[in-house]
Amino acid sequence: MSKEETSTLNPSSRQTVKFYQTGTFTVGNRLLDEEFRTVQATTERSNSLDSGHRACQGCGQALGARYALDAAMRATDNKIIAANATGCLEVFTTPYPETAWSIPWVHSLFGNVAAVASGIAAALKSKGDSTTRVIAQGGDGGTTDIGFGCLSGMFDRNDDVLYICYDNGGYMNTGVQRSSATPAAARTATTMPVGDNPGSSFNTGKYLPTIAMAHEIPYVATASVHDLHDLERKVEKAMTFRGARYIHINVPCPLGWGSQPAFTIKLSRMGVECGLVPLFEAENGQLTDSTKIRYRIPVEEYLKLQRRFAHVLKPHNTHQLDAIRAIAENNIKRFNLL
Amino acid sequence: MLRQISGSIAVAEAIALCRPEVVPCYPITPQTHIVEHISTLVKSGQLKNCSYENVESEFASMSFCIGASAAGSRTYTATASQGLLFMMEAVYNASGLSLPIVMTLGNRSIGAPINIWNDHSDAMSVRDAGWIQLFVESNQQALDVHIQAFKLAEALSLPVMVNMDGFILTHAITRVDMPTQEQVDQFLPAFVARQKLDTDAPLSIGAMVGPDAFTEVRYLAHHKQKEALAVIEQQAAEFHEIFGRDSGGLIKSYFAEHSEIVFVAMGSVIGTMLELIEELRTEGHSVGILSLRSFRPFPANAICNALGNAKQAIIFEKSFAVGMGGVLASEIHMATAGNDLKISSVIGGLGGRTITKKSLGKIVECAMHGELDKEVFLDLEGTTVVKELRRQQEGQSSGPVAENILRDMGVVSASKTL
Repeated sequence: MSKEETSTLNPSSRQTVKFYQTGTFTVGNRLLDEEFRTVQATTERSNSLDSGHRACQGCGQALGARYALDAAMRATDNKIIAANATGCLEVFTTPYPETAWSIPWVHSLFGNVAAVASGIAAALKSKGDSTTRVIAQGGDGGTTDIGFGCLSGMFDRNDDVLYICYDNGGYMNTGVQRSSATPAAARTATTMPVGDNPGSSFNTGKYLPTIAMAHEIPYVATASVHDLHDLERKVEKAMTFRGARYIHINVPCPLGWGSQPAFTIKLSRMGVECGLVPLFEAENGQLTDSTKIRYRIPVEEYLKLQRRFAHVLKPHNTHQLDAIRAIAENNIKRFNLL
Repeated sequence: MLRQISGSIAVAEAIALCRPEVVPCYPITPQTHIVEHISTLVKSGQLKNCSYENVESEFASMSFCIGASAAGSRTYTATASQGLLFMMEAVYNASGLSLPIVMTLGNRSIGAPINIWNDHSDAMSVRDAGWIQLFVESNQQALDVHIQAFKLAEALSLPVMVNMDGFILTHAITRVDMPTQEQVDQFLPAFVARQKLDTDAPLSIGAMVGPDAFTEVRYLAHHKQKEALAVIEQQAAEFHEIFGRDSGGLIKSYFAEHSEIVFVAMGSVIGTMLELIEELRTEGHSVGILSLRSFRPFPANAICNALGNAKQAIIFEKSFAVGMGGVLASEIHMATAGNDLKISSVIGGLGGRTITKKSLGKIVECAMHGELDKEVFLDLEGTTVVKELRRQQEGQSSGPVAENILRDMGVVSASKTL
């Protein structure tokens, strides 16, 4: 295998089989001291989200949820109750009589998971149970759009809930429509690459991690599924706080992004390395730490592996590419990523 | 203990006696005094082991209840009108998940035009939502039925909505007999959940069900409501034994079985009707009342039996299905099919319009002369309606209907600046 084929700087659009990883920053468990290994390597792993579910090949959300929940379980001595918004995670992990959840799990509606989780936390509080902890989880649509009111209420009351948003940039479960977390220019079924401004409009959308910070809740973090050690660390750290906490996980979606299932980890990493996906932590509204970009890559390297951005790379759309570069540049400055 | 308090305070204290563990709420007139009082009871430490939460909407309130109830807590909230509509999706979800939540509905109309006063439009908007829906005639009943509601909800693992007329009951200060904690504890056992989020016995609650089993799940919800018919009667009898009062039950007959003309109604209007029929009966007229205390489940057999000897039934409703007519009337039609019974539907008290004994008396008089139409809107200002209809025919841009009508009635000045 040539160096060129395996380099993240020149990713091939064709899937290549790799027997070992070079040119990446992935740290395999075997190379780490035991205490730093991900839970994947332990026999005591709780497998909160077990195998046999119906997620698509290369689903970033399934990976993120599996590691987030198991990390939370590890941090709480297996005392986790999870509430789930309607969406991919709910659908692919269940239909009755099957369930991939080995933890107590409840699904109520699309837009109310934060309030349901708050209710569970209130029930635990009145029963005097301070060891069982609550996690709410939803996709970006369920979090930033339809569930936003309930989430803001949960933050306001500082309810003892960790809310995890799996952000894949759209309503993938209903067939890839735009959400307020859909990146600018991205093609979705409701923002098609037609007209003068193809894809999702620029200067729209909202970035929930900073909105969460504005609520001055104890802990806010962003993570991405290529760095599972970082994801687990943040979840474990979140569990050391009481009150409302928010983790926003970047989860590539091969279906919605038009990407190779095998590129999920690569795209997760490239999103971070190009500056479009900032990784940081904040406490009580203040930024406390951000992950530095080790080798910055041009945004087009990241965009070109995703069909949802194909139009951006066409010669007549350089204005869109420039605007996306500016977004990355702004993130880098704002979150101190270099 | 006898107390002179408002309906809302009476209900709040009854709720506290039921030892709720989680009470989320969002303010909306006219139920607000209930949750205000509960919040004080919790904050002052009088009501222990209870989480009271001010949430950001009614949708959040019912969702909060869903989470708390699924986690095995006795859960209560209250709402009304627009609040109920705003929580509608969660209202259906709570019953779909079979969660024994108790909710008070301080019955109020639904806008537009916005109107804060009493009618039953809110309750009727969720008549198909799978909740048990009970109606009360007085503040004593409101207090008593709430205590029964928890027992009923938990016995069947179904949510129960107690409907009490906004303002007419919620804000009315009357004498009530407040039970003791010992009585309530004797009547209402500790809550044991049918399904519970428990780390020692993990369950998945609320997953998807496809066409293979959906019909059966929905049928069972229906079946459970039918089971409730017997449980409601049984628990009302049990309540009577411990508290010494007749409250609750499916229906209450006031001479219905022995009368030619029978009013059928729900809620506080029964009080006005009782005054009327007492007068009429002393004058020798054969008039009775059938008070419907349980609307869901619908006690069709009990109604049919109670109306077995009646010649005419006047179904009085504080709401109606626009484009169809009286909902209760059509359901009573169905329940009494086969009886030789003339049914008239009377819609009244909309948006808080006073229902006078005089107006009801005229209805009975018409009925006695066989002149009562199949559908009547009580005290409808016909000339005003005709005027507005004419105005609409004359021009496309006739303006807001409600404003026009109020101008015609002379309620607002003719000037554009209000």
